Amino acid sequence: MTLTHEPIEGEHFIVVSETTGNEWEIVVGLEVHCELATVTKLFCGCPNMFGDEPNTNVCPVCLGLPGSLPVLNENVVELAMRLGRALQCSVEPSVFARKNYFYPDMPKDYQVTQFDRPINADGWLDLPDGTRVGIERAHIEEDTGKNSHAGGSGRIHGADYSLVDYNRAGVPLVEIVGRPHIRHPEQAKTYIDELRAILLTTGASDAKMEEGSLRVDANVSVRRVGDSELGTRCEVKNLNSLRSLGRAIEYEARRQVDLLETGERIKQETRHWDEGAGRTRAGRSKEEAEDYRYFQEPDLVPLVPSAEWIAAIDAAMPPLPAARRDALALASGLGVTESSVVIAVQRDLDQLALAAIAAGGDGKRVLTHVEHNLSGEGSAELGPDAFAQLVGLELGGQLTATQAKTVLAEMVVSGRAPDVIAAELGFEAMDSSELEGIVDGLIAESPEEWSDFCTGDDKKRAKLQGFFTGKIMKATKGQADGKAVAALLESRRAESL
Amino acid sequence: MSARLTRDNVAKVADLARLELTDADLDRYTEQLSAVLDHAEDVASLDLDGVPPTSHPLPLVNVLRADVVVEGVDREEVLSQAPSVEDRRFRVPAILGEEP
Repeated sequence: MTLTHEPIEGEHFIVVSETTGNEWEIVVGLEVHCELATVTKLFCGCPNMFGDEPNTNVCPVCLGLPGSLPVLNENVVELAMRLGRALQCSVEPSVFARKNYFYPDMPKDYQVTQFDRPINADGWLDLPDGTRVGIERAHIEEDTGKNSHAGGSGRIHGADYSLVDYNRAGVPLVEIVGRPHIRHPEQAKTYIDELRAILLTTGASDAKMEEGSLRVDANVSVRRVGDSELGTRCEVKNLNSLRSLGRAIEYEARRQVDLLETGERIKQETRHWDEGAGRTRAGRSKEEAEDYRYFQEPDLVPLVPSAEWIAAIDAAMPPLPAARRDALALASGLGVTESSVVIAVQRDLDQLALAAIAAGGDGKRVLTHVEHNLSGEGSAELGPDAFAQLVGLELGGQLTATQAKTVLAEMVVSGRAPDVIAAELGFEAMDSSELEGIVDGLIAESPEEWSDFCTGDDKKRAKLQGFFTGKIMKATKGQADGKAVAALLESRRAESL
Repeated sequence: MSARLTRDNVAKVADLARLELTDADLDRYTEQLSAVLDHAEDVASLDLDGVPPTSHPLPLVNVLRADVVVEGVDREEVLSQAPSVEDRRFRVPAILGEEP
């Protein structure tokens, strides 16, 4: 069956069946595991460190040796609550549970997690597009060790054994369970971007997908447009990048619609994304929840953070991305969903932009530079007053947009004033008669090209416009304003017709 | 014997726990585990209005430690205790149905 996909911008992603014309809506809920940025593991004093030599960060507790006892890391509770409060959750009295399963990545044969009483419950995350995605819970659990089937010399084909490194076993995680409020693959990516920004802002995690400190599973289902009941979902794992996340959701939705349109049922199961093949495959059949035989962890007492502790976390909460976007939108006069506003906060350049606007810089021009010409890491030398001054020179016509970009690049490196740099580079406003003289001279030099420019079709004219603009820029050493050049060429063409 | 626990329940739990039980074992454990559950049922017959659920017998909450590194155990010593080791990792049997 061939299907077409018609994304409705900023809203729902609809799959249309070509055979039946039925419209299907994607419904996605994301489960995110993030490793907390603590010094030590969840229940023991072993270092929480990525990339160390195998089995060097281990002790009797995280190796599950008999007689060892876990003790909860205070900083885990602090970071988990910071994250929970940033996600608008209530902090609840919680208990730990054992999730029992046989797999060599956990030497104890159970994982300590929170089951029926999680530390954070019932919050939400607001996306830049205005969508509010509910957060069911954000609970503490321990990470597992790392299994590999490859020896030092590479992958072993048909190996009948695995090799296990327990450095990661017992590393603290928070699992953030989002409600199925996502309706578009792009929205899923935005949700992860926003969540990552919150993880970084609160200092809860370094949130690196490529190192596995942020891992995403997607619960995907489809339903007919207009239906309110949720369809049967499949959980897609092995999503190692945002690109994989988007592709996997789209593929999985299409697969489910194909099945449903041919009268089959969706089987609830775990599926693995294969990035190379661009498809999902059935994995282990999903065990029923009771198969894990959860029960309360007898070695750990309940966790009941005091009201004072929670209040201290709230008081110290740094401004979150949504609030920072609001402030920047207000100061710049742009909409809160404008890409330049979103990007400025993502790059941590919103404080600089706000200060530049406060110093008199035009909001829109400031944010255009932030979006296109500045990076988060490389802008430390740039002061807000100088930034505002640059924008002033540009709006005043003393610098073209191209020249302003060049000057800005130099300001970021040297921290010097824009007028000084512009003078050094010989960037001076070119008066219009000077530009006209240069343009007329170049037209006279290339009569055939000029004739083609004046009378050719759109394609030819666009090509020759580039030809003349290039020559003019070369002759003026880039000082000519691109817009003025285009206008001049057009008026000369109109005169010659 | 409690009506709630069947021999099949016990067989399933044994399977999940990777325990191989004989028919005689299954009979015996069904009986013993039922007795344990019956004993728990006795508690339910008490009047417990106003008694909050108890997760732990200790009158303790928030037992926490500072986030400070404590020396673990030496890798060579750990690996020397393992039945099988390769490439400084524990070598374990592959699990059936394991993800590729």
